[in-house]
Amino acid sequence: MGTQSSMKLINEEGLRIDGRKFNELRPIRIEVGVLNRADGSAYIEWGGNKVLVAVYGPREAFPKHTQNPSRAIINARYNMAAFSVDERKRPGPDRRAVEISKVIGEALECAVFTEQFPRTSIDVYIEVLQADAGTRIAGLTAASVALVDAGIPMKDMVVGCASGKIDGKVVLDLNKEEDNFGEADLPIAIIPRTNEIVLLQMDGNMTKDELSEAIGMSKKAALYISNLQKEALLAKYKGQESEKEGE
Amino acid sequence: MYLDIERKVVLPGQEIDLGGQKQGNGIYHENGKYYAYQMGIIQTYNNYANVIPLSGKYYPVRNDRVIGKVIDIAPSFWIMDIRGPYPGFLHINDTPWKNVDEDLNKILGVGDTVFLKVNEITESRQIWLSLKDAGLRKLEGGHIVMVQPTKVSRIIGKAGSMVNTIKEITGVKIQLGQNGVVWLDGPADKVLVVRKILRFIEKEAHTSGLTDRVKKILEESR
Repeated sequence: MGTQSSMKLINEEGLRIDGRKFNELRPIRIEVGVLNRADGSAYIEWGGNKVLVAVYGPREAFPKHTQNPSRAIINARYNMAAFSVDERKRPGPDRRAVEISKVIGEALECAVFTEQFPRTSIDVYIEVLQADAGTRIAGLTAASVALVDAGIPMKDMVVGCASGKIDGKVVLDLNKEEDNFGEADLPIAIIPRTNEIVLLQMDGNMTKDELSEAIGMSKKAALYISNLQKEALLAKYKGQESEKEGE
Repeated sequence: MYLDIERKVVLPGQEIDLGGQKQGNGIYHENGKYYAYQMGIIQTYNNYANVIPLSGKYYPVRNDRVIGKVIDIAPSFWIMDIRGPYPGFLHINDTPWKNVDEDLNKILGVGDTVFLKVNEITESRQIWLSLKDAGLRKLEGGHIVMVQPTKVSRIIGKAGSMVNTIKEITGVKIQLGQNGVVWLDGPADKVLVVRKILRFIEKEAHTSGLTDRVKKILEESR
């Protein structure tokens, strides 16, 4: 959370600064197969977020000591472009990017049948071109679409949605201002079919009741986004892209 | 022109009604229910329900004919790139060449392209290749075109109908590898036509009546 301020994030009518209701998502658009050289790829626009994902593999893991003789390793790399934020971001992995790469990789590992490809690595490159809060979830959502596009065996598609707390109220899908000046941010990713949580982080403070309210809200939104993922994948074979507004 | 793909295409995690068929490829089961684990089209074959993937890497199967490229040379075998998750090994004993004392580099050098078969896949996923079968050889000259491995069966067509049509009309020599490597030899303009056709088949692989459409395009470009 950024600095606390007197900035009003919810007006008298209960609308947020970008005019959304408390349980409304930003517009989401997913496109599949945008890169020709990668084995699988996806591009997602989620509000102000623009994220490009490329998947390679399974291929022989290098360096060799990283190979696991019983299963594949998932090598996720989350990277923010220097121009993705207002002030130039110093390029290269920082503490935050290393952490996000780790949690995204572990979330995907829950869904991929890694034991089918011993000694290999599945590389997932997540490039954030424009950031507007919630990039790790946007990246993860696009990454699982790209994995399906690459034909990698998976239990289900991982999908997620962040929720948080602003002006004392639990809301869905924070934008940048709400993330900076709100009280809590809670990214969640699930496996929709089994309802398992594969990623859960929290920044800020929430009561127990608020937490369960936020988780419930995120899960419901994730199921909706899961349908967008499926539409996007089917659209690749129908020659059109899926475009839907959040509800 | 398109199939009713929403009915036929399944996505990972989608429940599948086997309809009395046995569980085949691309399907896993959990708590007594069956789900797809790849995006693909459901097809039944010999009482097995399979999900035929729409995309994915080449996964070697015994006796597959593939086109490999030499990437490294060891004392008694070559290490080949067959575009799969693992490299393939070609031992000198599995080739028609006898003289073991000779430097392997003189027989096949790094970068050479060879038409091979998958001889054996060991438990630890070592892939042993062989050159000892009819039609297997070093490929000299010609052009290489890469296609998606999952589309190769479409390029072959029913009992080779598609590839034979292309060969007949253009007169280009075609060698197809199951791993999605296609070797073409012939006049440059004809090779370019074939390459265009291969790209077309790749893009339209999930639609029906493809051989007739390809025939039409080829006859127009003649």
